[in-house]
Amino acid sequence: MRRARPLLESLLAISIGLIAGGLLMLPFRYDPLKAYQALFQGAFGTPDDVLETLAFATPLMLTAITFAVGVRAGLFNIGAEGQMYMGAVSAVFAASFLPLPPGVHVLVATLVAMIGGALWSLIPALLKIGRGVHEVISTIMFNWIAFHLATYLAIYYLAEPGRAERTRPALPTARYPILAEGSTLTAVIFVAILFCLAVYFILWGTRLGYELRLVGENPEAARYAGVRIGRALLWSFLIGGMAAGLAGASQIIGRPPAWSLYATLGNVATLGFDGIGVALVGRNHPLGGILAAILFGALQHGGRFMEYHAGVVSELVRAVNGLIVITLAVPEIWTMLRRRLRR
Amino acid sequence: MKGLLRRLGWIGLAALAIGLLAYGLEQVGLKPISLLEAGLLAMTPLALAAVGECVNEKAGVVNIGLEGILLITAVVGVWVAEQFNSGTAGLIGGMVVGALIGLVLGLLAVYGRADQIIAGMGVNIFALGFTPYLLMSLWAFPGIHIFPRELMVPRWTTPVGQISPVTLVAVLLAILAHILLHHTVLGFRIRAVGEKPEAVDVAGVRVDLLRLFTSILGGALCGLGGAFMPLAWFGGVVKEISAGRGFIALACVVFAGLEPLLALAAAFLFGLTEGIAYAVAVTPGVKERIPFYFVNMLPYITTLLVVALVIGQRRFPRTIGRPYARE
Repeated sequence: MRRARPLLESLLAISIGLIAGGLLMLPFRYDPLKAYQALFQGAFGTPDDVLETLAFATPLMLTAITFAVGVRAGLFNIGAEGQMYMGAVSAVFAASFLPLPPGVHVLVATLVAMIGGALWSLIPALLKIGRGVHEVISTIMFNWIAFHLATYLAIYYLAEPGRAERTRPALPTARYPILAEGSTLTAVIFVAILFCLAVYFILWGTRLGYELRLVGENPEAARYAGVRIGRALLWSFLIGGMAAGLAGASQIIGRPPAWSLYATLGNVATLGFDGIGVALVGRNHPLGGILAAILFGALQHGGRFMEYHAGVVSELVRAVNGLIVITLAVPEIWTMLRRRLRR
Repeated sequence: MKGLLRRLGWIGLAALAIGLLAYGLEQVGLKPISLLEAGLLAMTPLALAAVGECVNEKAGVVNIGLEGILLITAVVGVWVAEQFNSGTAGLIGGMVVGALIGLVLGLLAVYGRADQIIAGMGVNIFALGFTPYLLMSLWAFPGIHIFPRELMVPRWTTPVGQISPVTLVAVLLAILAHILLHHTVLGFRIRAVGEKPEAVDVAGVRVDLLRLFTSILGGALCGLGGAFMPLAWFGGVVKEISAGRGFIALACVVFAGLEPLLALAAAFLFGLTEGIAYAVAVTPGVKERIPFYFVNMLPYITTLLVVALVIGQRRFPRTIGRPYARE
């Protein structure tokens, strides 16, 4: 029972979020039951849909890592959005403009994107460590700077000639192989899962991870134990940046049919913020994050069917995400419910 | 008091820098009055959100959902304005909805003992999805809505240019908030609740009601700021209309060390930066040389610089962000 509690809490929050989302449909005369039926049938109805759901889940498990690794070190790092933009731009640069041999190219493009994301998290990290600037403000400002910078780079330097609405697509040598004909799921999902496992290992299997978690749980104790707090915070930001950079890359070199970045950033926008909800539902655990990402991937893929069959705009799924986050912020809901049940 | 003087010194320096910049811009063909007009418009939502949040944080409650409140109330404000055929009604509608969101966050924080940072972020994420959903459901058009020109709240012509009455309201509210916090019993209690809720409780004052009150007040002011953006400034609403202003307002609060008047000054500073950005973007001779995208970054870079320069000297209420429970 005790071990199951986090899972039950997450499930409760998801249910409350979905119900509240359904209530939001009523004033506009949408049918919530029809909408949700379309959503879940769309997300899991056929094997192809399951693959598609997994494709949507791939970037989410990574941006969830950014937030989760932050929380583990006591940070509220909401910079995944901007770091992901920079990762995506870096991926376009490496994948579309550097001619490299097959095999090496995918690897280089992936690494360049991860470095791009990590570099974008470096200044907020240094501002936090050196000047005590709260990461909520610095990362959000960096998100907006990244938005304008990425748009600028996409339009001025990386655009496909004659098609200004998107960047030049990744060269075939830089693309992750598609796993099943007709789906947009590529092998990049294995890289994403591998990254999550690596973060799990770092957090619970290395000295760095131990120090990082100690700083998050009890900074005072960490200081007495001789932990270099700045170093732990820096690594938390950098690991998060790499994860977000990889998430950006996954949409460029791991997501047909565009294989490129839209000038509006439309094919990556809000994936970073979505990751916050994913991380919280996954209890800020890398493996929990994978499961939660599949759920949110299902909501996003299924949301398109909800729009088609019930007329409910798919963005409502993001509102549900927010409602789930709000619910998870309130531990008392669970306590109150349990008291009711015991009676 | 020394801290206050030093902060005022910072603002003076910044104002001087901006004055010099304005002079430079005048040399290349910009009118400083239009700069001031744009700056005051951009200041207004920041100031409203920041002043409310100053009072709220003094009572020990943090609301990082300002961004989400700005977004939602911008859309709702326009809708209410169209229903009543009056821009002012829209502003009031924005205030009411902002107060409601403040109420919900307050209830969660006070009685639900919620993690206020996560709950506030939840509001932001909710708004990210709810705003496009509302735009589409209300007007059946994705991402943007332009309303009839007559609904715009008219601006007043003054010697220093066209000024929105809402801007004056924002300035007035900042002064009132200062008086409330420092010269009234209620303000004394609010400050005490942030520092030592148990003492206030023992003295027979309801901690929960005080915190609920500041949360609602903060939400209402932020909601007025949200409705101001389309109805008295832009003339339309897009799904990313807030553009980080909720967080810039939080930066104002941090910069001001929770003092409403300083928050107003900070909002003016950031507003002017935004005004310069608009001015640069339309000035012949300059706009060709500096890409629009870099001009757009200006408010965010300024915010970062200012916060990085002044932070570390701030003291916040002892129980900020923490729920209160009797032992």
